[in-house]
Amino acid sequence: MSLNSDRESGQADDGVIFSAGGFWVGFRQSIPIALSVFAYGLVFGLLARQAGLSLGESVIMSGLVFAGASQFAALGLWQAPLPVAAIIVTTLVVNLRHLLMGAALYPWFSRLSPARAYGSLFFMNDESWALTMASLSRGEKNSSFLLGSGLIVFISWLSATVLGRTLGGVLQDPSLWGLDFAFTAVFLALLVGLWKGKKDILPWGVAVAVSLVASHWLPGKWYIILGGLAGSCVGAVRHAD
Amino acid sequence: MWGRCGMQTDVTALLTIAGMALVTYLTRAGGLFLMKRVTFSPRFEAWLNCLPGAVIISMVAPSALSGKIPETVAALATILVTIRFKSIFPAMLAGVGTVWILRTVM
Repeated sequence: MSLNSDRESGQADDGVIFSAGGFWVGFRQSIPIALSVFAYGLVFGLLARQAGLSLGESVIMSGLVFAGASQFAALGLWQAPLPVAAIIVTTLVVNLRHLLMGAALYPWFSRLSPARAYGSLFFMNDESWALTMASLSRGEKNSSFLLGSGLIVFISWLSATVLGRTLGGVLQDPSLWGLDFAFTAVFLALLVGLWKGKKDILPWGVAVAVSLVASHWLPGKWYIILGGLAGSCVGAVRHAD
Repeated sequence: MWGRCGMQTDVTALLTIAGMALVTYLTRAGGLFLMKRVTFSPRFEAWLNCLPGAVIISMVAPSALSGKIPETVAALATILVTIRFKSIFPAMLAGVGTVWILRTVM
């Protein structure tokens, strides 16, 4: 928060910085999201208990994998004898969307030291990434936003896993409280900020159409990858014309 | 045979979790890693510029446009509150609150 920490290195040619100030902005702005993540962490802990994972295994999974959708998918396959390859391949496929998200961070993260960039990326999750993209797209140059946001989401996910695994059915179904819509609402709010005018209509329209079709016909998170690729490619082709 | 408490199962479980952690981190680091090794063209930069919006709207579309009334109304409420207050927290409250109320009464 002090001037000192803001001036600390991490300064790049084009002003991309990595300061304690940016870290705390990301941390604070992600508190609402962390609360929703907490609700889902409770559910994960409960389901992990039902699937037969020990407390230690549940905590290690949430701490090292830290990717909700793939962890839920793994629980669905968690039966003795463990289908090890199927679980790992499913995890990979569900998380492939991270490749696109990481690529989108390139203009800023390529300016950071590898330790800062690849360290922060461990904490990248859909919501923190979207908040970070919105912040950077507004012209704020502080790349430590992702680390701050990712860390509070991580703390929330991990502590909720412990609580849900230990106590069991604290919260069986977050959708009863509308909490499943929290993530949708955050993404919608960020889209309003990212809207640049008419030129977005075609790429966004294509992304919506493709993601709707893909979510209907394909499992997992393919709808994000295919919608994101289709929309951005249409945008790229249009730009060059 | 071994049961969930057997040593063997636990080692397998831990190795499975380690494998999950490894492939997940590779997806997180891989995007930036690959981008550093790509030659940029103007068209590629245009693609990169369009990527965040296209990915975020794809994340949200199946849920917001599910065709169910609570979700559709809540999506509209979220957008209106965002435009009015220019802040994420009230938008999230509006979305969650609207869905919760409409699901309860409908």
